[in-house]
Amino acid sequence: MADTGTPATGTPDTAPHTGPGTGALEAGFDATVAADRRIEPRDWMPEGYRRTLIRQIAQHAHSEIIGMQPEGNWILRAPSLRRKAILLAKVQDEAGHGMYLYAAAETLGVDREDLTERLIDSRQKYSSIFNYPALSYADIGVIGWLVDGAAICNQVPLCRCSYGPYARAMIRICKEESFHQRQGYELLLAMVKGTDAQRTMVQESVDRWWWPSLMMFGPPDGDSPNTRQSMAWGIKRHTNDELRQRFVDMSVPQAAALGVTLPDADLRWNAERGAHDYGEPDWAEFKAVVSGSGPANAQRVAHRRRAHENGAWVREAAQAWADKQAARAARKDAA
Amino acid sequence: MNEPTPRRTWPLYEVFVRGKRGLNHVHVGSLHAADDEMALHNARDVYTRRNEGVSIWVVRADLITASSPDEKDPFFAPSADKVYRHPTFYAIPDEVPHL
Repeated sequence: MADTGTPATGTPDTAPHTGPGTGALEAGFDATVAADRRIEPRDWMPEGYRRTLIRQIAQHAHSEIIGMQPEGNWILRAPSLRRKAILLAKVQDEAGHGMYLYAAAETLGVDREDLTERLIDSRQKYSSIFNYPALSYADIGVIGWLVDGAAICNQVPLCRCSYGPYARAMIRICKEESFHQRQGYELLLAMVKGTDAQRTMVQESVDRWWWPSLMMFGPPDGDSPNTRQSMAWGIKRHTNDELRQRFVDMSVPQAAALGVTLPDADLRWNAERGAHDYGEPDWAEFKAVVSGSGPANAQRVAHRRRAHENGAWVREAAQAWADKQAARAARKDAA
Repeated sequence: MNEPTPRRTWPLYEVFVRGKRGLNHVHVGSLHAADDEMALHNARDVYTRRNEGVSIWVVRADLITASSPDEKDPFFAPSADKVYRHPTFYAIPDEVPHL
């Protein structure tokens, strides 16, 4: 069956759950989550669970859509046809990922058009990382390596999220995301084997992207009030700090293989913990970027709004054509 | 003469893809399109960028009739109480081969 059940109405089966029987419904929901089985669109679910998922999936979809901008800007300037084709495919994937996620969000009873409006009115957020500009071509490599690498750390556990449509979308996304990371790393390998100027360009790019990449995992656990509830609901499987640690440990040998330095004086192996110690990201900067004062916030949203508004005539023309065809078919039927 | 049509959202389509010959079409997700043909093209772009399919079905979501989760138990109950539909219901001596 289709994920959406009765999607056209957008009214899930839950309505206000104040009536009799809510207790049994809630017990059924809890049992499904506890048994690590999936919640599907037309199942009863607590309003908080639905709200949390809508916010998270929409934010995730917006991130994919906004994420096309920093890289899309480099498609024409990529240095060879091979690199252009790769970058184009990657940016197209990001559009596709946004579409998978909007589709998953819609199974919860929200409207895609409405989510787009919320994004361009800045009423919903997207990942803070996309508010940093891609200033050099090395950034294309570093975005693939670090930004997509961090995204993969975040996303792999979401493949086991308790909400079926989100988990299934994440499985598709993770399969495709691996190409994103590898093409970035390969690009950097080519650059570090090049000239001194190219190596300097790679290091300068790593210096700018390392800390924002660490911030992609969200605030530290002590400052992340929703984590516990999300974990209890099986939406989240690991805390922000656990995932951040995993990312640091993965990145260190990758940086060594490239011959670049990660810009953190406190970064060192801790044999006792069996993990790397690392410095504290600048959480004041994180808060500022999330709340709209990052280097590129205004530009990103304005661009998305312009693209949406400039595309209006296409949507209207397609609708007019569909209406005309439908009217013609109706006349033929009547005759 | 003609009033401009008020802007409305394109209808939602559910997408089913046959991964390769010999397999059933499987639901992969949904999308919006103005008409059936556009839905098919969009489905190709969104859901089969890496040879994931050899055939696509799209169907308007509002044309799908679904069983209701509320009546899950009575709806599926008849299949649960007919154990004789399963081969394991029948005891056959071990020494009888190929059965």
